[in-house]
Amino acid sequence: MEIYLYTALFSPLVGSLITALFGASRKTYFTGILASGLLFASFVSSLILLTYVMAGHTVHVEMMTWIATGDLYIPFGFVVDQVSVTMMMVVTTVSTVVHIYSIGYMSHDKGFNRFFSYLSAFVFSMMVLVMSDNFLGLFIGWEGVGLCSWLLIGFWYHKESATWAANEAFIMNRIADLAMLIGIFMIYWNLGSLQYDVVFAHISSLPMPIITWIGIFLFIGAMGKSAQFPLHTWLADAMEGPTPVSALIHAATMVTAGVYLVVRANPIYSEIPDVGNAIASLGAFVAMFAATMALVNRDMKRIIAYSTLSQLGYMFVAAGLGAYWVALFHLMAHAFFKALLFLGAGNVMHAMHDELDPFKMGGLKTSMKWTWILMTLASVALAGIYPLAGFFSKDLILEVAFVEQHYILYTVLLLTAGMTAFYSFRLVALIFHGDKRHLEHGIHPHEAYTFMLYAMAPLAILAVIAGMVFKTPYYQMVTQLLPAVQYHIHNHTTFWIMTIGTQLFVILAIAYAYKKYAKAVKVDKKVESGFFYQLLYNQYYIPKIYDEVFSKPYLQLSKLAWKQIDLRIVDATVDGIANIIYQTGEKTHTMQDGNLSSMLRWMVIGVVVLLVLAVAFTAGYNAVNLRAM
Amino acid sequence: MELTLNHYLVLSAVLFAIGLIGVMRRKNLLMLFFATEILLNAVNVGMAAISHYRGDYTGQMFAFFIIAIAASEVAVGLGLLIVWYKRTGKIDLDQMTSMRG
Repeated sequence: MEIYLYTALFSPLVGSLITALFGASRKTYFTGILASGLLFASFVSSLILLTYVMAGHTVHVEMMTWIATGDLYIPFGFVVDQVSVTMMMVVTTVSTVVHIYSIGYMSHDKGFNRFFSYLSAFVFSMMVLVMSDNFLGLFIGWEGVGLCSWLLIGFWYHKESATWAANEAFIMNRIADLAMLIGIFMIYWNLGSLQYDVVFAHISSLPMPIITWIGIFLFIGAMGKSAQFPLHTWLADAMEGPTPVSALIHAATMVTAGVYLVVRANPIYSEIPDVGNAIASLGAFVAMFAATMALVNRDMKRIIAYSTLSQLGYMFVAAGLGAYWVALFHLMAHAFFKALLFLGAGNVMHAMHDELDPFKMGGLKTSMKWTWILMTLASVALAGIYPLAGFFSKDLILEVAFVEQHYILYTVLLLTAGMTAFYSFRLVALIFHGDKRHLEHGIHPHEAYTFMLYAMAPLAILAVIAGMVFKTPYYQMVTQLLPAVQYHIHNHTTFWIMTIGTQLFVILAIAYAYKKYAKAVKVDKKVESGFFYQLLYNQYYIPKIYDEVFSKPYLQLSKLAWKQIDLRIVDATVDGIANIIYQTGEKTHTMQDGNLSSMLRWMVIGVVVLLVLAVAFTAGYNAVNLRAM
Repeated sequence: MELTLNHYLVLSAVLFAIGLIGVMRRKNLLMLFFATEILLNAVNVGMAAISHYRGDYTGQMFAFFIIAIAASEVAVGLGLLIVWYKRTGKIDLDQMTSMRG
């Protein structure tokens, strides 16, 4: 089984390194096909490992020693257990699809080869993250995906906004990573090991405050990666990257790393239910907060990004309430339909010549029939309509909140579910229905390449069946490792009222979205100039606040350091030293007049000075030492 | 009156001073060589005197070395001086200024 583990882990790396060799050369389809092929090999290996794990085994290998100094021993160890194999399947499935899709999507881009190199490097880092058997290996993967995310957001580096967004994402993640490192240090400091099995076996022996702090610091790390409030602004700006990147990294895999961390560290969080409640509350807040921003946004990709943010909030609610398997299940289902939604959005963007405002589209269902079907499917799954994936995973989180008697969380999540349905279908209605507004801008849309649609098909199938088919076998598998808690509402009447009620509520929201946007789009000036609309449209003014509170003072501080400290103190000192030496030379070079006689005189003066000094110092030295004796 | 170490050292110092003044004041290159010889021999006198006084022959040995080195130095120096005289016809220090900085 080890060979499959290594294949799954290292074939993306091989793909990345080989394509990197062609990074600067002209576009060759060979690189894209090679990278996709190796990804597919990784996918097949993961699938074999999945069957092996389903049979009740796990694989744990120690490839080599990494760090061994004193008491610190950290190997390059990898583990394939019920949790990591789930993540491996999600990562390899979505990334294989995205790789194949990108061959079509990026086919007109100059950086084609470079793109595949980065993308495969990302998959490798993500695999390290999920497969590592210790916290430090996880951290390496964590930083690796952060780096690849930075490279890919700033992929079109000639665009100012792209490099800005890349830096924003990177810096925000650094802030959170610092907290995560502190958490890891605390674990090592208190337990003397970073191996998951050792840490989790002994965590309960620690005093309560220490566990609490470890949990908090690790969660701050997770907040950065999963873009939870208040570190959320980078995710929407990350949409500057190419759309396949948004699908893979900023929807399906990397941003879910935070959820993975909380699920993986569940023995720690089980000890501290208060922190868990805080996580759940933050998750519910973010779910609603992001959904409200998605309601009014006018950028197709940003709407989907806010939707991702909102769904991550759902996952944190589940994880915070101790329903780790539910969180992981929603992570999986969400990865499929959200990636599908993004790839559909990519098709639309191509057809619309990179226009992102859905108000300038409309009526695309005739010219882009398959994209319309796929995106509608993904939106239905996202809205949680029976029997698609979202119904089983998202409504389960609602049930969790209800069963755990967190009725406020439940209400918030229920409202959010309605909003989710509304903004998803607002987008679908604006893009695919109504008048062909894009004709005014002289755009004639065309469907994407057929193989791109075929590449999306597996995701569409998964988005449909993932909930219905996978739920039971998945539950049986993953609860061998995670706490097996069934969330059933025991009262049948309540259960049916809730289920049907939720469904009706969601369907009403969808119908309202269609009614409002599917025909002619009437812009209501009064609503749009209203306070709430402006508040939501400007993302609660949070980017502005950050700009005013952090960026601008920091800029001032940097300018102060530059103009006052660097130029006036540091530079002045260095220049001063140089000047003194220069001036000394300038003043004394007349001494060197070439006359042997005068030079001899100087020499004599020098000897006399040295002699005097030698005598004086010897006398002084003797005086001091003799007194001491 | 018996000659003591101090007499020798005073002689050495006086010779050294004469040599030093010669080095600083003389403009004739030949005279400069004489002055240098006086300087070296002043040191030799001091070395030999202290060596005798302490009963340690190292100083006298060094004096011999210095004599030998001074001889070779003068040989080289006089050779250069002759070449210089043949080329310029003068041995005046003030005119040897090709090394002006």
